[in-house]
Amino acid sequence: MPEHAHGRPDSRETVSLYVVGLFLLVVLPGLNLLPAEDSWLHLSDFRLNQFGKFLAFAILALGLDLIWGYCGVLSMGQGVFFGFGAYCMGMYLTLQIGTESVYGSELPDFMVWTQVKELPLFWYPFKSFFGGFLGAILVPVLFATLFGFLAFRSRIKGVYFAIITQALAFAAWLVFNRNETRLGGTNGLTDFKQLLGYRLSDPSTQRALYLITVLALIAAYLLCRWIVASRAGKVLIAIRDSESRVTFSGYTPWMFKLFVFVVAAGLAGLAGMLYVPQVGIITPAQIGVLPSLEVVIWVAVGGRGTLIGAILGAVAVNYGRSVLTNYFPEAWPFILGGLFVVVVTMFPDGLLGMIRKVTDRKPPSAPGLQADGRTAA
Amino acid sequence: MLTGLDRVPSTVIAVVLGAVLSIGLSAPPVRAAEQPESSAPTTASAVSALDQALRDITSEEAAIRSAAAAVLIEQGDARLLPTLDAIRAEADRAVRQTIKPVIDLLKNHANLTSDQSDTRRSAAADLVGTGRPEAITWLEEAAAKEPVWWVKYTMDESAQLIRLRADDPAVRLVAVKKLGELRSQNSVSALKEFVEAAAQSGATEEQRALADAAQAAISQIDAWGWWASSLETLFRGISLSSILLIMSLGLAIVFGLMGVINMAHGELMMVGAYATFVTQQAFVAWVSPEHFDWYFPVALPVAFLAAALFGWVLEATVIRFLYGRLLETLLATWGVSLILMQAARVYFGDLTAVIAPQALRGGVQVMVGVYLPFNRIFIILLSIVCVLGIYFLLFRSNLGVRVRAVTQNRNMSACLGIPTRKVDSYTFAFASGLAGIAGWALTMVGNVDPGLGQNYIVDAFMVVVTGGVGKLAGTIWASLGIGGLNKLIEPVSGAVYGKVFILVGVILFLQWRPQGLFAAKGRNADA
Repeated sequence: MPEHAHGRPDSRETVSLYVVGLFLLVVLPGLNLLPAEDSWLHLSDFRLNQFGKFLAFAILALGLDLIWGYCGVLSMGQGVFFGFGAYCMGMYLTLQIGTESVYGSELPDFMVWTQVKELPLFWYPFKSFFGGFLGAILVPVLFATLFGFLAFRSRIKGVYFAIITQALAFAAWLVFNRNETRLGGTNGLTDFKQLLGYRLSDPSTQRALYLITVLALIAAYLLCRWIVASRAGKVLIAIRDSESRVTFSGYTPWMFKLFVFVVAAGLAGLAGMLYVPQVGIITPAQIGVLPSLEVVIWVAVGGRGTLIGAILGAVAVNYGRSVLTNYFPEAWPFILGGLFVVVVTMFPDGLLGMIRKVTDRKPPSAPGLQADGRTAA
Repeated sequence: MLTGLDRVPSTVIAVVLGAVLSIGLSAPPVRAAEQPESSAPTTASAVSALDQALRDITSEEAAIRSAAAAVLIEQGDARLLPTLDAIRAEADRAVRQTIKPVIDLLKNHANLTSDQSDTRRSAAADLVGTGRPEAITWLEEAAAKEPVWWVKYTMDESAQLIRLRADDPAVRLVAVKKLGELRSQNSVSALKEFVEAAAQSGATEEQRALADAAQAAISQIDAWGWWASSLETLFRGISLSSILLIMSLGLAIVFGLMGVINMAHGELMMVGAYATFVTQQAFVAWVSPEHFDWYFPVALPVAFLAAALFGWVLEATVIRFLYGRLLETLLATWGVSLILMQAARVYFGDLTAVIAPQALRGGVQVMVGVYLPFNRIFIILLSIVCVLGIYFLLFRSNLGVRVRAVTQNRNMSACLGIPTRKVDSYTFAFASGLAGIAGWALTMVGNVDPGLGQNYIVDAFMVVVTGGVGKLAGTIWASLGIGGLNKLIEPVSGAVYGKVFILVGVILFLQWRPQGLFAAKGRNADA
C-alpha cells in the first residue's frame, strides 16, 4: 500500500484493474443480454440496474476515500453533496415529466399540492439537460469551496471538522424536508418519465445508464489515481501523517485540503447525478446524518487509503445490505453498527488489507494510516 | 361497577342518590304550562321558588323557561346540579338548550369556591363566556376572598371582561381602563372591536371616547406582552441550555480526559430514559397506586447505574482499544449507537411515555403572561446540581486530582503511580451515568423513544466544539449560548432555520476562535 500510495501502481494492480473494467463493461451487460431469461447465467434487468446504483455509490466512496483515506480529513457530510447532485438532476428529470404528471399540469405534482402557481426562479436552469448536468457538478463544488474555505482556513480539523460536517448533514436534511424550499419536502422528487427523450422505464435506457455509470466510475478512479500519484498527492499523504511538519516545510496544508474536499464534493455530485435516473427517486432521507456516515463505513470496510478498497467496500456493503434486508429487515441496523465497531477496532485496513495480508504475507499497515495523524506525532 | 364505586367520594354518591330519590318521589312531573299563573306563591321561600323554577324549566313556552332559568341562576347553587342533569337527560332539545347555560353557570359558580386553585381559575375564565351580569358579583365576591394572586387576577379580569358587554357606556369605559391596567391579553380582541366600531362612519361621541381608551389599553397591554414574551423566551432558552449542558458535560469530560468522542452518548441517555420507564412499569405492577409518584426518585439511581453499567461495558469492550485515535472512537461509538437504538426499537417499540409525578405537573404563574412549567424549572435546577457535583468531584476530591492529572499528562501520571486505566474506566462510567441522569430528566419533557438521543446529540456536540475541549466553563457558556440563541431565533425563523443559523454561527465563531471559547494552551494545544 505505501508503494501504491507513492504513485506507480504495481503491475498486479494494473492487471486487476483491467479485469474488473472488462467484467463491469462487457461481462455483466453481456450476461444481461445474451443468455435466455431462465438460464442460471442470466442477469436480470433489476440486478443490473441495482449494480449500477452500487457503482454510483462507489464514485461517492472514491471521493470520501480521497479526502479521508489520503488526506486524513473525515467528512461526515458527503451525503449533502451527493444530495445536491441528485437533486439537480432530479429537478431536470422532474421538469421533463411535463404534462404526463398525475395532475396533467406543467408544474411538478408536489407544487400542485402545495399550491405553487408558478415555477420558482431557481428551477429555470434545470429545464435543459445541460443545466441539470452542470448544476449537479457545480452546486456541490461551489458549496464545498465556500464551506471548505471557511472550515480549513481557520484550521478546523480532525474531530472538529467531522462534527461540523455532521451538523451540516443534519441541517441540510432539515432544510430539504421543508416544503417551502420547493424541492418536494419529505417526498422528494420522483415519478420521472424520460431523460433526453429516452424512456427511463425502458430496459435499454437503464442498460445505457449502467454503462455510463461504469465509464464515469473508471474516469473518477483514473482522476483520483492521478491526483494521488501526483506531487500534490504526496503532500496530501504527508498532511494526513503529520500536518505540523508539512506546515513547517513551507506548505499551506489548508489549500491542499480544500482542493481534495472540493474534488470529493464534485465526485459526490456526479454520483448523485448518476444515482437519480437509475433509482428513480431522491428524498431527503438520502442526505441526512446516517446516509453520510454509511459512506464512511463503505470506505472503512473496503480499506481506506486505497482507491480500489473504496469501490470494493461500496459495492460489498450495499450488496450485503440488499441481500440481508430481504431476509432480516430488522437486523440491518445491528449489522451496520456491528460493522462500524468490528472494522474500526479489528480491521483498520478493511477488506483489501485482509486480502493483501493473505497474498503478501507481510503486514501492509503503514504507521501513517491512523486517520488523525496521532501515531505519527 | 362496585370496584368503581369505592373510588368515588361518598358525598358525591349521597348527592346523586338524593337527586334520584327526589325525582322518583316527586309527583309525576307536572307540566308548568298547565298550572295557573297564580299558583306560584309570591310569598314563598327561595326553596319553593326554586322548586317552582325546576318545574317551569321544562315548560314548552320559551318565556316561562327563561324566567325559570333566571330564577335558578339567581338563587340556585351546586346542590341543584344533579337534579338539573337528570332533567336535561330526559328533556327535548329546546329545554336542553335552556338548561345548559344554567348548569354551566351553577357549576362554575360552585367551582369558584373549590379548594383546587386551578379549578377556581378555570371556573372564573369560563364565566366570561356566559356573559351573565350575575357572574360579576360572584366573581367579585370570590376575588375578595381569593388567596392566590393569579386566581384573583383571573377573577378580576373575567369580571371586567363581562362588563365590557354592559349596556351602560360609562361601565364599559371603566372596564376598558381596568383591563388595560390588568394587562389582560384576553381582552385584546374585544378592545380591537371597540376601536374598529369607532372607525366606522356615524360613530357616536361615546363610541369614540371608548375607542380612545381601548387604544390606550391595547398599547399598554402590548408593551407588557413584549416584556412577558421576552422573559418566557429567556426562560425557554435557559431550559434548553440546561438539557444541553447536562448532556455535554459527560461528553466534554470524556473528550477532554480520554480523547474519546462518544457518539453513543445520546443512546446512553436513552438508556437512562428507558430505565426510568421500566422503573415506572415496575411500580405500576408491584407498588400500590398511592405510592406511585415515588417511582421518579427511585428511578434516578436506577437510570444512573444502568447508563453507567452500559458505559463501563462499552469502555471495556470497544473504547479501550481505540485510545488516542479520535476519529476511530467516533466511528466505533456511532456503530454502538446504531445497535443500541435498534435494540430499543425492537424491544420497547416506538413510543412509550413516562407519567410525570404530581409534583412536577403544572407550573407557576410568576407574573401576567409569564408561566413557568415545573418540569422545566426542575431541569434547570438539576443542571445546576450536576455542575456543582462535577465541580466538587473534579476539583475537590482525590479522584478529581487523578482525573485531572491523567488529562494533563497520561505518561507522567502513570509514572507517579496513578492507575490510569482504572481512572479511565471509572470516568467513562461516571460520564455515562451523567447521560443516564440527563435521560431521566428528559422523560419529564418528552416521550421516551429510541430517537431520544439523536434529537440532542448534534447540538450537544456543537456545544463541546464551541466550548473548547475539556473545559467546564467553556461547556457551560457554550450551552447557554447555543441553547439561548436557538430559542431566540426560533420564533423569528422557525425551528429548522434556527438550527441552520446556529450551524453557520458556530462555523463563523470558529473562524474567530478555532479552538473554542476556552482553548487549551501550551503543549497540549495541537494534540
